[in-house]
Amino acid sequence: MTTTNQKGLIINKNWCKGCGICVEFCPTNVLEMKDGKANIKDIDSCIMCKQCELRCPDYAIYLGGKKDGK
Amino acid sequence: MASALVENHFRSNKLPHIWCPGCGHGIIMRSIVEAIDELGYNKDDVCVVSGIGCSSRAPGYMDYNTLHTLHGRALAYATGVKMANPKLKVIVITGDGDCAAIGGNHLIHAARRNIDITTVVFNNNIYGMTGGQYSPTTPTGEKGTTAPFGNIDKNFDLCNLAKAAGATYVARATAYHANMITKLVKAGMENKGFSFVEAVSVCPTYYGRKNKKGDAVQMMRYLKDSSVNVKAAKKLPKEKLEGKFFIGEFHKVEEPEYTEQYQKIIDSFQKER
Ligand SMILES: Cc1ncc(C[n+]2csc(CCOP(=O)(O)OP(=O)(O)O)c2C)c(N)n1
Ligand code: SF4
Ligand code: SF4
Ligand code: SF4
Repeated sequence: MTTTNQKGLIINKNWCKGCGICVEFCPTNVLEMKDGKANIKDIDSCIMCKQCELRCPDYAIYLGGKKDGK
Repeated sequence: MASALVENHFRSNKLPHIWCPGCGHGIIMRSIVEAIDELGYNKDDVCVVSGIGCSSRAPGYMDYNTLHTLHGRALAYATGVKMANPKLKVIVITGDGDCAAIGGNHLIHAARRNIDITTVVFNNNIYGMTGGQYSPTTPTGEKGTTAPFGNIDKNFDLCNLAKAAGATYVARATAYHANMITKLVKAGMENKGFSFVEAVSVCPTYYGRKNKKGDAVQMMRYLKDSSVNVKAAKKLPKEKLEGKFFIGEFHKVEEPEYTEQYQKIIDSFQKER
């Protein structure tokens, strides 16, 4: 399952192990936990800072950009 | 489906990795790969060597030349690799048990030789893979399955150990400070000599549970709140440093490198012929 949007923020739910690290350290509260996985709650607030991508132990959330964000 | 960095530098058909939810090792492994990417090295010129442990499983996922060896012996193998082919960029990935208990002797001697290897230790303060025995970095008083009433040993400061043994680059960051790990690994790889980067990790499954440190998020928060950059520490009053540990660059000097010294001896004999 994939989520794509205008910011190019992608969550690969197959790889997400539900640790909650991305949710906790997102500076603008974009993310939430839903059914044990990370989920985008408010994409408009995303400042594309990459903090979630840097700290996801499972490479399940990332800014894909236009290239592989499709 | 993954980021370009992950697609380019990992054996992505082997992902997701086996590490537990919230294990800090995955964050550190990504930071190392980012350093290699930013340095622009050809993947075939990189060799990653590990011992045995959860941390030591990392090279299995990394798309370079990789060697998964014996417990504690990564530096011995890496020394062989570097001597045989000094052009390779050699990185050792090891755990606190692998590096400082069974492999402690290899560590001090590799440091003493100043051989051009960058060692990154994933320090989670415990033996993760075998179920939570205390390690040489388990803080005094903390628990492990082999120290149910609290560890009475004094723990090593790995950076002080590496520096005292002769490493020419010594630094520490944490899984919370993912960008800093990348920066330090880059500097370590650019140092011509033995570089030691301690990456403080989190093991929520064993260390966290045994010592009631909370979940992965709480353990990451601790890393954030309890670390102070050495540069900033100089300006802080003593009471602000209580209960804190230092991160950043601790030591950087230039000294003759082992494979170069060895080559000089070979060259001196070849001249005589
Ligand atoms: C010679 C030998 N002794 C003991 C073991 C069992 N063993 C496997 S991993 C490990 C400790 C791993 O701890 P650490 O290096 O800190 O890595 P972590 O799993 O915490 O990442 C031990 C004792 C082994 N594999 N080989
Ligand atoms: S990129 Fe930054 S702002 Fe956007 S979700 Fe990730 S951490 Fe939050
Ligand atoms: S950090 Fe990664 S694995 Fe953890 S909840 Fe977020 S997306 Fe999932
Ligand atoms: S046991 Fe600990 S170190 Fe090993 S994968 Fe699980 S959390 Fe990580």
